[in-house]
Amino acid sequence: MTTSANTAKLTLFSVEQLSVAFRRRWQAPFLAVRELTFTIHEDETVALVGESGSGKSVTALAMMGLLPKDSADIPEVSRIVYQGCDLLRYTDEERRRLRGTDMAMIFQEPMTSLNPVFTIGYQIAEVLRLHKGMSAVASKARCIELLDEVGLPEPRRALARYPSQLSGGQQQRAMIAMALACTPRLLIADEPTTALDVTVQKQIVELLKTLKARHRMSILFISHDLALVGELADRIVVMRHGEMREEGSADQIFSSPQNRYTQALLQCRPQLGDVPSRLPVIDDFMVEATPRQTPAAFGGTPFEKGAKRKQGEGKAPPLLEVDRLRKSFFKREGLWRRYEIPAVKEASFTLRRGETLGIVGESGSGKTTLGLTLLRLHQATGGAVHFDGQNILSLSEEAFMTYRRRMQIVFQNPYASLNPRFTVGQSLIEPILLHKMASGRKAATSLAFDWLHRVGLDRDAFDKYPHEFSGGQRQRVALARALAVEPELLICDEPVSALDVSVQAQILNLLKDLQGQLGVSYLFISHDLAVVRYLCDAVMVMRDGEVVEINDVDSLYRHPQSVYTQQLLAAVPRGRGQPA
Amino acid sequence: MRQTHDSSVPETIPEKSGNGFWALAWLRFRDDRVGVVSIIFVAAFFIIVFLSALGAVASDWNKEVGIHDAPPDLWGLLTPVPPPEAMGNAAQRVAQTIKTAQHGEALLPSTVVDPLAETLAQLQGERMEGAFPESRVVDPLAETLRELGAEGMVLSAVEEKNAAKRTSLPFGGDRWGRDVLTKTIKGSQISITVGLSAALLATLLGTLLGALAGYYGGRTDDVLNWAYSVFNAIPYLLLILAVAAVLQQRGVMTVILILGLTGWTGVFRLIRAEYLKHRGREYVQAARAFGVPDRRILFLHILPNVSHVALVKVSLLAVGFIKAEVILSFLGFGVAVDEVSWGSMLNDAYQELILGRWWELAAAGGAMALFVTVFSLLTDAMRDALDPKIRETS
Repeated sequence: MTTSANTAKLTLFSVEQLSVAFRRRWQAPFLAVRELTFTIHEDETVALVGESGSGKSVTALAMMGLLPKDSADIPEVSRIVYQGCDLLRYTDEERRRLRGTDMAMIFQEPMTSLNPVFTIGYQIAEVLRLHKGMSAVASKARCIELLDEVGLPEPRRALARYPSQLSGGQQQRAMIAMALACTPRLLIADEPTTALDVTVQKQIVELLKTLKARHRMSILFISHDLALVGELADRIVVMRHGEMREEGSADQIFSSPQNRYTQALLQCRPQLGDVPSRLPVIDDFMVEATPRQTPAAFGGTPFEKGAKRKQGEGKAPPLLEVDRLRKSFFKREGLWRRYEIPAVKEASFTLRRGETLGIVGESGSGKTTLGLTLLRLHQATGGAVHFDGQNILSLSEEAFMTYRRRMQIVFQNPYASLNPRFTVGQSLIEPILLHKMASGRKAATSLAFDWLHRVGLDRDAFDKYPHEFSGGQRQRVALARALAVEPELLICDEPVSALDVSVQAQILNLLKDLQGQLGVSYLFISHDLAVVRYLCDAVMVMRDGEVVEINDVDSLYRHPQSVYTQQLLAAVPRGRGQPA
Repeated sequence: MRQTHDSSVPETIPEKSGNGFWALAWLRFRDDRVGVVSIIFVAAFFIIVFLSALGAVASDWNKEVGIHDAPPDLWGLLTPVPPPEAMGNAAQRVAQTIKTAQHGEALLPSTVVDPLAETLAQLQGERMEGAFPESRVVDPLAETLRELGAEGMVLSAVEEKNAAKRTSLPFGGDRWGRDVLTKTIKGSQISITVGLSAALLATLLGTLLGALAGYYGGRTDDVLNWAYSVFNAIPYLLLILAVAAVLQQRGVMTVILILGLTGWTGVFRLIRAEYLKHRGREYVQAARAFGVPDRRILFLHILPNVSHVALVKVSLLAVGFIKAEVILSFLGFGVAVDEVSWGSMLNDAYQELILGRWWELAAAGGAMALFVTVFSLLTDAMRDALDPKIRETS
């Protein structure tokens, strides 16, 4: 394993043969990390990259000494060496003293890692008082200094704020300030930007880079996003199933990845720059992976590159015409007064049959509300929605019933979109029977089997409950359920955002295949510009409930008209060696 | 925004599927040792309650089978303490009577002889022959003698009866010599029936209203919340008095109605909050997007997901209502005087406790504690078994 320029630097941390096993009831222990060895040098950013279940967070927790004592076992041979001492031999008290002063950690969800009932100032001052024994006055001054350093506006006033009064990005800044309070030698950042919007993500990454340069500290950056990691890491460790797959300098990983899994990770993520007709999936690279039914079985060659955009599709008849659609929420204040919170302000667009329109925006832009309003799951405040020529907003609930079949939705979170108390079969059969897609329970069951097969699931999925499936499998079930009533329009509300990159690729390919087979139109809601570019024919950019820009996909990505679209595109992490 | 890439819960090993929901629930339940033990106890309680309701056991709970305050002997396991010696004690007197009767020195002769009888008979004969044939001779002693005779017979009957009474009983006797064991069984029947029925009624009402308020929101929610506030604003006891006054009769049904109609508010609040939460969940949105009818969404989609709340609440309410029944009995709105419940037993017993008679309190309290404990454990185990997700987290 090469470490190129960093060999001259001193080793700060070294993890040697780290294994972590979790004890389980009725089952053999689960090996979360297997014999992992890597080093972190001084003034270096090392990235741990892997999908969920790869053991990257467990590694971080083991380094911090935060693993649950009663269920996690670390064997004798494992060592975590810091300043010549093996931290695993330290007592709890000694490790506690190291946390905060020598090593600090920030987490994925700033909202849940800050205590909601204390002010930001109190929480940072607590660290200072505990570790440095600072007085109240001194710690307050230092707090202001820290908050200023992490770029929180008006640090003096921010001291008295509660976490809920800050935005997600500001909360993460406050978290970073807290981690920096005692100027640690190592900062562990566990997916610090995954819960944030792209533009905010970029700011946080920039902040981390600046802070690292200023304090000459090391950062262990944990992420599932290889492209993001490429923006700031010096060295990258790729993990899968608890094992290290590859270690190398960032440049080397991006330019000449040695391991097949690394290659797969780099390939299966849609890029802004070039649009393949299909995304390669991990299985295409992994020989050792168990052969299972991939969407490739439905046709389509995995590596066929180059734009295969359908030409002349503009002639297809419009399916959905939205005219100045408005949706506001009303909040009651006092007894009589209500004030309006507009979520969607005057959205107008057209979607043609068999096409895909992407709706892009950051959180709070109203894109999800727009989708739900189109399906009349929210009541529209104004405007008109014509589906196949019929204004569906003026229909009675009974008359709208047929349109409920013709318009369907797939949600972001496959963990929440299936009823946990229904088997997959029950979930599938209900809409089939409701919309009389099959006569009788027997016919409905065979139709359900049919759809399970089409989305690439086995027959025995029918009797299982949602929690027995992985995220990707659940999303397949949700897709089967929505498509089983043969809709003409499918609204996909961030269908791949909760999934690992490799699974994302599978689902995106499946969506594309099914569109080819069924001719269904997609309204694809996403915050991920690369994914949208891969899948959509046209894109609409939304911000604060307003449509900022709407254009054909190639034109929009090549020549973004509005400043906001330009900002969004600029914020997408590109990794290294990718065209900007 | 993006969801957490939650780390490292390994794929659960899929159990043999195709068994159906209830079969799987039973398999999960069987693994729970506490659950199995508690269901045995609860079943035993229910069998006793059932038999008692049919009149097969404890139908003669009101009979005075022992001497008053007979001490417990637990079928000979305990050496019963002799009843305390006290002057003017009815038991003493009865014992004395029995003793004297045995020694042949009866307090009263068993047959009463009228000393005037002969004279009067003579007079009667003279009158019949004489001038006033219509007049009758009245025996001035007859009334007294009749009374004396009757009293003698009653007393002898009492003696006979008392002689047959037992001086100790398995669980002891109460003030009137009634068997505490049968009383406890009969009391269990009434109390468990009252507690469970009222808890079911309250939970049913609370769940229904809570579901409507939480799912529909808006006006429906406003109206139901208003009703909730009104019910909660009136002091509980006043409300009970009001309902009792409207129903105008005492008895088990009345107590069930009183408790059920006043106890739904807590359930309402909880279930409403759950429905509020679930209404926005994506699986409900998905069902709505398919046009699934509201009643299906309310009771088929959401209810199973919130039923654990209702289940836990039923057990808590049952426990609470069993206690509330005590208060009601104390206030005179409980079960009627010719019925017995744990509440009325405790009510009787607490006055006796100062005299050292602990057995009625122990029996009623013990039965209540045992039932409440096993019932709570059972509902806990049931909740775990009915949740298909729980296996993953354990």
